[in-house]
Amino acid sequence: MATIHCDIVSAEHEIFSGAVTMISLVGSIGELGILPGHAPLLTGIRPGPVHLTLENGEDEVFFASGGFLEVQPGIITILADTAARAEDLDEAAAVEAREAAERALADQAAGTDFSLAAAQLAEALAQSRTLEELRKRRRR
Amino acid sequence: MAVGKEIRNKIDNVENTQKITRAMQMVAASKMRRTQERMRQGRPYAEKIRQMIGHLANSSPEYRHTYMVSRDVKRVGYIVVSSDRGLCGGLNVNLFRMLVREMVDWQSKKVEVDLGLIGNKAGAFFRSVGGNVVAALHDVGEKPTVADLVGGIKVMLDAYEEGRIDKLFIVSNQFVNTMTQRPVSRQLLPLDAEDDSSMKHRWDYIYEPDARQLIEGLVMRFIESQVYQAVIENGACEQAAKMVAMKAATDNAETLIEELKLIYNNARQAAITQEIAEIVGGAAAV
Repeated sequence: MATIHCDIVSAEHEIFSGAVTMISLVGSIGELGILPGHAPLLTGIRPGPVHLTLENGEDEVFFASGGFLEVQPGIITILADTAARAEDLDEAAAVEAREAAERALADQAAGTDFSLAAAQLAEALAQSRTLEELRKRRRR
Repeated sequence: MAVGKEIRNKIDNVENTQKITRAMQMVAASKMRRTQERMRQGRPYAEKIRQMIGHLANSSPEYRHTYMVSRDVKRVGYIVVSSDRGLCGGLNVNLFRMLVREMVDWQSKKVEVDLGLIGNKAGAFFRSVGGNVVAALHDVGEKPTVADLVGGIKVMLDAYEEGRIDKLFIVSNQFVNTMTQRPVSRQLLPLDAEDDSSMKHRWDYIYEPDARQLIEGLVMRFIESQVYQAVIENGACEQAAKMVAMKAATDNAETLIEELKLIYNNARQAAITQEIAEIVGGAAAV
């Protein structure tokens, strides 16, 4: 099967580097599935899970909280603001963050920064989405 | 014994200084490990984004950002990354020497130079030497965040955007290994095309959502990460250079103490010999 090299780096460290057969993630205007031979593409990415299908058919899931995706003929680069292996995500923390963000949104009268709260909520939701998908995959 | 009191004092002084330099050496050694770790972690991101920008500069986009267009050079900007503290050997001096050489070069071409300074040492240097300083950041500390640096960067970026400067460089120390740090000057703006022949044909990205917004975001992130990485790397250089400088100082103090001890013992021996000679002489006279 055709493969393409993929690098995922965040500001803190390198997260993944290797050959993959497919990547799917949430781009700034919708979900994207990228196969080898894709046209050069530059896009922003939204908070959400990043799925990699490896050469041996295994799946890896990462969480990216935003950043940029670049597709070149031979290489795909994901610059994530922060990224983590999905296994490392803490479910309790994600739920807590979501609740805190929801509270902040409901509590607008108190003068919280609306856009900030909304961004936090989006990120927390994306984290729990990543975790859910991971769980589904495990059950299979 | 009154003999050699001054020498004794001198030896004590040198020993005290040696204690300080040895302590600084050890502090620098432990900080060095941490700063190097931080530098290593940041490198992949900085490199990847540089590659990405290199690709971008090679493409023929529908939208050309001001950051991608070369202009006639009438005035250039430098972001100078220096350390906050001294006692790190020739680290800052070498950097400034290289920078001053480049500035003289520009001036001979009738190009003026603006400086954006990061770190206390650069501030002190250019205050005494002169130079057109447009921004200065002090006390960056050992763990700077991107947010700390943005202010200083912004001034230079605005200047570029408004056409007050036509090129932007960053000068900082590059960490080769613990013994070697090399001052380097790199061009940040306009974006440098990566030299890659496979990229030479005409091509462009698909941009989602739109080129302008995306390129702006990416370029901002690029500059920030490059400056941040330079500051982090300079921090690692500082600790390494400090450790080496302090080690040399401790060793020098050691040789100095040995020399002084030799002189002291000589003087003491001479004094004793003289005293005995006097006593013997006195006894013989009786």
